[in-house]
Amino acid sequence: MLKIILAVVGRDLKLAMRRQADIVSALFFFVIVVSLFPLGIGPEPDLLRKLAPGVLWVAALLATMLSLPRLFADDHRDGTLEQLALAPHPLGLVVTGKVIAHWLVSGLPLALIAPVLGIQFDLSTDALLVLTGAILLGTPALSGIGAIGAALTLGLRGGGVLLSLLVLPLYIPVLIFGAGAVDATVSGLGGEGHLSLLAAMTFASLGFAPWASAAALKIALE
Amino acid sequence: MKDRFNLYRFASPATFYPLAGKAIPWFVAAAVLFGLAGLYLGMLVAPTDFQQGEGYRIIFIHVPASWMSMFIYLVMAFWAAIGLAFNTRLSGMMAQALAPTGALMAFLSLWTGALWGKPMWGTWWVWDARLTSELILLFLYIGYMALTAAIDDPRRADKAGGLLLLVGVVNVPIIYFSVKWWNTLHQGSSVNLTKSSMVTTMLYGMLLMALCFWMYSIAVALMRARTIMLERERHTDWVKAELEGAGR
Amino acid sequence: MLEADNLECVRGERRLFAGLGFNLEAGELLYLQGRNGAGKTSLLRMIIGLLPPETGEIRWKGKSIRSSGDEFRADLCYLGHLNAIKEELTPLENLLASAHLADEALSEDDALDALEQVGLAGREDLACKYLSQGQKRRVALARLVKERRPLWVLDEPFVALDVAAVDWLAGIISAHLQRGGLAVMTTHQLVAIPAGTVRELKLS
Repeated sequence: MLKIILAVVGRDLKLAMRRQADIVSALFFFVIVVSLFPLGIGPEPDLLRKLAPGVLWVAALLATMLSLPRLFADDHRDGTLEQLALAPHPLGLVVTGKVIAHWLVSGLPLALIAPVLGIQFDLSTDALLVLTGAILLGTPALSGIGAIGAALTLGLRGGGVLLSLLVLPLYIPVLIFGAGAVDATVSGLGGEGHLSLLAAMTFASLGFAPWASAAALKIALE
Repeated sequence: MKDRFNLYRFASPATFYPLAGKAIPWFVAAAVLFGLAGLYLGMLVAPTDFQQGEGYRIIFIHVPASWMSMFIYLVMAFWAAIGLAFNTRLSGMMAQALAPTGALMAFLSLWTGALWGKPMWGTWWVWDARLTSELILLFLYIGYMALTAAIDDPRRADKAGGLLLLVGVVNVPIIYFSVKWWNTLHQGSSVNLTKSSMVTTMLYGMLLMALCFWMYSIAVALMRARTIMLERERHTDWVKAELEGAGR
Repeated sequence: MLEADNLECVRGERRLFAGLGFNLEAGELLYLQGRNGAGKTSLLRMIIGLLPPETGEIRWKGKSIRSSGDEFRADLCYLGHLNAIKEELTPLENLLASAHLADEALSEDDALDALEQVGLAGREDLACKYLSQGQKRRVALARLVKERRPLWVLDEPFVALDVAAVDWLAGIISAHLQRGGLAVMTTHQLVAIPAGTVRELKLS
């Protein structure tokens, strides 16, 4: 079971490494979107500090959305997806591997660069730590839930826009608790409660989403 | 065995189509009756609220619409589960037939909520937990309709839409509680209409209106389901016979 | 071994075929023929279990393929009209990765040997995006060289191959049949397969 997950993760990472431009552009999208906000709102540190959690999280959702359409589309186009579906193990495990790989190249880089962007918003060290932790904990859920949307919209015209329409409403709890954790830290309430709920959501979605995506992929492959 | 047989017979569009056709007038009549009774109670009998004046009477539309918008989503998810489990053609059609009505109810609930909010809090929109959840529910309806519209093959549309509904129905409580939590945390203003002392006539008025909306939803969904059936099964013999009969 | 009965296929609003059945034993090859759109690929996808038939059932070793699932797929090798190779990976990496993901043991030496047989010696380490269409097809076909699973399902395997490669592939398939394997394939050009019993199924 672990073997097949690792095999998929390994293959997807290798592919991602040969196409680094994609990772980098999603990352820069995140940086640019976040940097636009102070330009639109004004440079007052108090205001920025208050807006930072929400801005960073919304930008993280959008940056994740950017790479989702390709999660299964490339494999679908060249026929690899059929082969994966025909391998003698449950498709849900394959999807788990793909979700993990997607997180490693999309969510993880966001978490690593988020503190740097947080500094631009004058966040305290505590808040920066919680921000990084929240993005680390929350983005796997984004990859998992996103995989369902990516599988449902596989091969449809206008798939990318449709995907955002399906997935963004489902991202709301992650957004609320992710931004809430940072918010609570900034206001001195402590973000532990939010973080543990975020972790619970990530575990639940990593357990549930790959199987729902696998079912959606089978529908798409019929 | 006999029950099973009957169930499958009912699930076949050829049987369902004439049956639904006969049922629709009854549901329409029930909707009109309940609606008249509910409006009478709500508009004429129910006392004027001493705090909110006459404006509060919009709850006779607002509350039933919110109830129906949630209820219809559950019913759609139920059909979706049946469809995915037993692979019946009817379930997908029913889910698709219900979606626009559900979206309409969610929209109606938001709209009347805004109309009510203006005189009450002096603003069209408040990020109240219930209104926000209703808005997200509307997004879920729109997502479902967009997905089924984007898929050409009706079978794939039914199955993919069904799966989305099941994912949605699992998420709805999570979304609702997270929004509620978010709301209490940010201490937004919230509407407490159910908590305010409600007179029995008001409650009955609201229930009658809810029944009216319910019957209306069934009638409209059945009409839409009949249209979808004719469209999808236009090459089958029963549809040809049906259309010839209608043309005569 | 591979039995199908009373299969019905509906795509969109059209019924492609109904009441279709066959029985294939070890060492036999089934050629699916028919004009474009007759449902050849749909039938193949039913046989590999991706497309559920409207009615009827397909059984492998007496068990319905829908219920045996992983067990059936462990006996199956499918080659679609798409090559299922990654442009960014080299032929060697592609071969190893696909074996790995399909849960097959394939050593690097075996993979190199297979690539040599399909005439890709010296190109093992070149990313597939630099290969020609024919060469990419050969990378996909190289999977078959060391493939020992009993049921092969091949969708138009001879397309885009030159004469020598067609002969080579026919040889590979007959060796498979001689080992007691089964094969189902669609093709427009009838290629003589030297060994095994060849049966034909015409879809109209």
